[in-house]
Amino acid sequence: MAQRIDVKDLNIYYGDFMAVQGVSMTIEPKSVTAFIGPSGCGKSTFLRTLNRMHEVIPGAHVEGSVELEGVDLYGPEVDPVAVRRTVGMVFQRPNPFPTMSIRENVLAGVKLNNKKISKTDADDLVERSLRGANLWNEVKDRLDRPGSGLSGGQQQRLCIARAIAVRPQVLLMDEPCSALDPISTLAIEDLIQELKKDYTIVIVTHNMQQAARVSDRTAFFNIAGTGKPGRLIEMNDTATIFSAPSEKATEDYVSGRFG
Amino acid sequence: MTTASPPAHATRHEPRRRRASGDTERGFSRVFRWITTGAGVLLLGVLAAVAAFLVARALPAFTASQAELLADGKLPAGVTSIAQYVGPLVFGTLLAAAMALAIATPIAMGIALFISHYAPRRIASGIGYVVDLLAAIPSVVFGLWGGRVLAPLIADFWVWLVGVLNVLPFVEFRATATGRSLATASIVLAVMILPIITAVSREVFLQTPKLHEEAALALGATRWEMIRTAVLPFGRSGVISAAMLGLGRALGETMAVLMILSTGLGYSLQIFGAGELTTIAANIASRFPEASGLAVNVLIATGLALFIITLAVNMAARAIVARRKDFSGAN
Repeated sequence: MAQRIDVKDLNIYYGDFMAVQGVSMTIEPKSVTAFIGPSGCGKSTFLRTLNRMHEVIPGAHVEGSVELEGVDLYGPEVDPVAVRRTVGMVFQRPNPFPTMSIRENVLAGVKLNNKKISKTDADDLVERSLRGANLWNEVKDRLDRPGSGLSGGQQQRLCIARAIAVRPQVLLMDEPCSALDPISTLAIEDLIQELKKDYTIVIVTHNMQQAARVSDRTAFFNIAGTGKPGRLIEMNDTATIFSAPSEKATEDYVSGRFG
Repeated sequence: MTTASPPAHATRHEPRRRRASGDTERGFSRVFRWITTGAGVLLLGVLAAVAAFLVARALPAFTASQAELLADGKLPAGVTSIAQYVGPLVFGTLLAAAMALAIATPIAMGIALFISHYAPRRIASGIGYVVDLLAAIPSVVFGLWGGRVLAPLIADFWVWLVGVLNVLPFVEFRATATGRSLATASIVLAVMILPIITAVSREVFLQTPKLHEEAALALGATRWEMIRTAVLPFGRSGVISAAMLGLGRALGETMAVLMILSTGLGYSLQIFGAGELTTIAANIASRFPEASGLAVNVLIATGLALFIITLAVNMAARAIVARRKDFSGAN
C-alpha cells in the first residue's frame, strides 16, 4: 500500500515566479513526514507538487522530478488524474461535498474511479473507510444526512475517510488541523498514527508541537526574503531536528526565535 | 439579593437597549434605511396595484352571462365561455415557454460552463460580451428576424422532421410550408432567453468554492467529473433560478411570437402547423386595438391568467430550490 517518494532538484513556479527552489528529498513509506517552516516558505506549494495539484493553478509548473517507487510523476506519459488517485490529499479546511450525504461523500472518489459498485461492496467500503477514519461510531446512524452538518473535526475525518476510500499509496495532509479545536486535533493526530501503518503520510503543519508529536521525520523549509524562492533547509529524524539541528536557521525556528 | 435580580433586570432593559442602538443610527445611515424600506414597500405596492387592476377589470368578464359574452365579448368563433377561451391560451403559452426553456437551458449551461471552466480567459470574456449583446437586441427585431429569415429557412427542416416523426405509430404531425409555427416561435424565444440564463448560470458556476473543486480534483476527477461532482450540484439552485427568469420572459414575450406565429386557438400538439396555437401575450396584443367594452374585460381576464401562471411558476421554482436546502451548501 505505502510507497516511497524521491524528489530530485525540484523547482516550482507560478508563471515566471520561482516559488520553491532546488528541493531534493526522500520520503519513506509507512512513516509520517512533517514539513515545517514560516508562512510563505513554500511547504504547502511543495506538498501540492507531490500529487500534481500544483498545476491546477493557471501558469503553475515545475522542473525536476518526483518519483513514486521509481516512476516519475511528471513523465510525459503520466496522467495527472491517475497520479491524484494514487496520492490522496486532505486540505486545510474540511471540504466535504455539501450537496452529498456522508455516505455519498465517502463513495465520491470510488464512483469516479470505477463507476459501478454493488450495494454491499459500497456498504462495506463506507464502513471500512469511516472506521479507518475513526468516524464510524459517530455517524453510523445518519449516513444519509449531509456531510456539512457534522462538526469541523468530524468533517475533516470524513474527508480523510473519503481520501482513503480510493486506497491511495500516499496521503498528503495540508495543515489538516489548522481549522480545528484541540480535541478534534487530538483525534486527527491519533488517526495519523493509525494510518501510517498502511500509508506514506506527508503532513504540512504550522504547529511545531504537532510535528514533534506525530512525525518520524521533519523537513524544515525557509525563505530568504519576500520575492525570493523557498528552500529546503534541513531534513532529518524529528527528534534530531528538534534537539540538535545542524543548521542555525532550523534551531532558531524550532526554538521559537522567529516564524 | 443582588445575584437574583440580574435576569429580571436584563429583560426589563432589553427594549430600551434596542432603542438606544437605533439612536446611534444617524444622518445618511437613517436616510438609507428609509430608502431601502421604501423601495421594498414600493415593490409590494406595485405588485398589489397590478393584481388589483387585473382582478377588478377582469371581473365583468367572469360575471357576464353567456349571452352577453357572445354578443359583446368578441370571442372567437365556436367559443362560448371564458374557460373555453382562456384554457387553450394558457396551454399554448405554457407549451411555447416550456419548449423555449427546453432548448435554451442546456445550451445556456454549456456556454456558461465553457466560459467559467474551459475557455482561456481572453476567449471567455469575448464570448461573455457576445452573449450580453444578444440581450440588448429588442424583441421586435427578434420577431422580424424570426418571421422573415428564420421561418422560411427552417420550414423545410420542419417538413422533413415531421416526415420522420410520422413514421412512429399514433403520431400525426402537420407541418406548414411557411414555417410560421409554434416550434419556430419557440426557437426565437429560446434565443431571447439565452443571455439571461447564461449570465446568471455563469456567475453561479464561477462562485463554486475552490475548496470543493480541489476536493474533487484531488480524488482523481477529470475536469468533467469535477464539474459533475462539485460545480453542477453547487450551481443547481442558481441554474433553476436562472431558468425561471428566462421562463418569465418567455411566458410574457409578445412581439416575437406575434410576428412569427400564424395563430389559432385549441388544445393541440401541432407545434409544426400553422393556425393551431397562440399565447396569451400575443393574443392580447393582436386583439386589444380593436377591443371595446366587455371584450377588453375578456382580454384582461386572460392577462390575469398569465399573471397567475407566472406567480405559480416562480413559487414552484422556489419550492424546488428549498426542497434540498440541507444539501445546498449554504450552511
